[in-house]
Amino acid sequence: MAFELSGRTYETDEEGYLADLSEWNQEVAGYMAKEDDCDLSESHWEVINFLREYYEEYQIAPAVRVLTKAIGKKLGKDKGNSKYLYELFPYGPAKQACKYAGLPKPTGCV
Amino acid sequence: MSETKKFMYINRRPPYGTVYPLEGLEVVLIGAAFEQEVCMAFISDGVFQLKQGQDTTDTGMKNFSPTYRALGDYEVTRLYVERESLEERGLTEADLMPLTWEDEDDDWAEKPSIQIVSRTQLSDLLEEQDVVFNF
Amino acid sequence: MLHTVNKSPFESASLKTCLGLAQSGSDILLIEDGVYGALAGTIHTTMLAEATGAISVYALGPDLKARGLPEDRLIPGIKVVGYDGFVELACANDKVQSWL
Repeated sequence: MAFELSGRTYETDEEGYLADLSEWNQEVAGYMAKEDDCDLSESHWEVINFLREYYEEYQIAPAVRVLTKAIGKKLGKDKGNSKYLYELFPYGPAKQACKYAGLPKPTGCV
Repeated sequence: MSETKKFMYINRRPPYGTVYPLEGLEVVLIGAAFEQEVCMAFISDGVFQLKQGQDTTDTGMKNFSPTYRALGDYEVTRLYVERESLEERGLTEADLMPLTWEDEDDDWAEKPSIQIVSRTQLSDLLEEQDVVFNF
Repeated sequence: MLHTVNKSPFESASLKTCLGLAQSGSDILLIEDGVYGALAGTIHTTMLAEATGAISVYALGPDLKARGLPEDRLIPGIKVVGYDGFVELACANDKVQSWL
């Protein structure tokens, strides 16, 4: 699968995750979100950027439970809970946010 | 889940020659979701998985050694490394990546995940397990 | 003849077999997990250290680097080469034997 954006073609897997994470840019994230009828706010970007940093450091996309705990530690308890994260990413915070962040589907997603 | 079982994942192979170490690591991370009592053992060439300073830039392979540092986040906090295996390979604990986990019950104190154990100690640990996986 | 060994000496007898059959003047190149054989201070160091001299032993740099093995941890006398060195060794020898 693939999509076109600003004259470039981006390859994805069958679930819409970017095939090559080095191709990622903010426009790609915005486009993927639009496809899901989601407008990216500051709060969304906070999580997306956090995931990119996590991947950079550990070379994996975290499972949702790990993400929730880590967000709580980094951004505060009011954000480190499932309710807050599911409101931002109703399709599942790890799965949906990882997609917009250009990462593979989280390891430990069962 | 009815009861908690003791799981041990044994790692015996060096990191890049086969896909076992990476696949095994992913099984550990996925399995961590089931909240069992999990530990990992590194024996034979498996100790090379924890060698510090791995850099795969020139081979074009994925360097998955940073992922071992995420194990603490997944509540995998006991990594047993067999002393004899290190010695046979001319390695010491200082050759291994420093790996830690944060103890939530102790004000997030950072504690070492790696424990160097003798073959005899590991043999006893193995005997205690309910489930053993081998990669 | 150029011999290549791609298995760890702790897991396989490839290196031992290769050393037993390689004649003096041969080249041995350690690649992939075979580079663990180049480590000094291991239980297999002596076997390779004794062969070095009559046989030229090389280890592939990118595979050493991937595994976090710096040059100063290798058996003295082992030369580290890159992919270009691998090609040169293959060209300089009339035959290549891979101990898979």
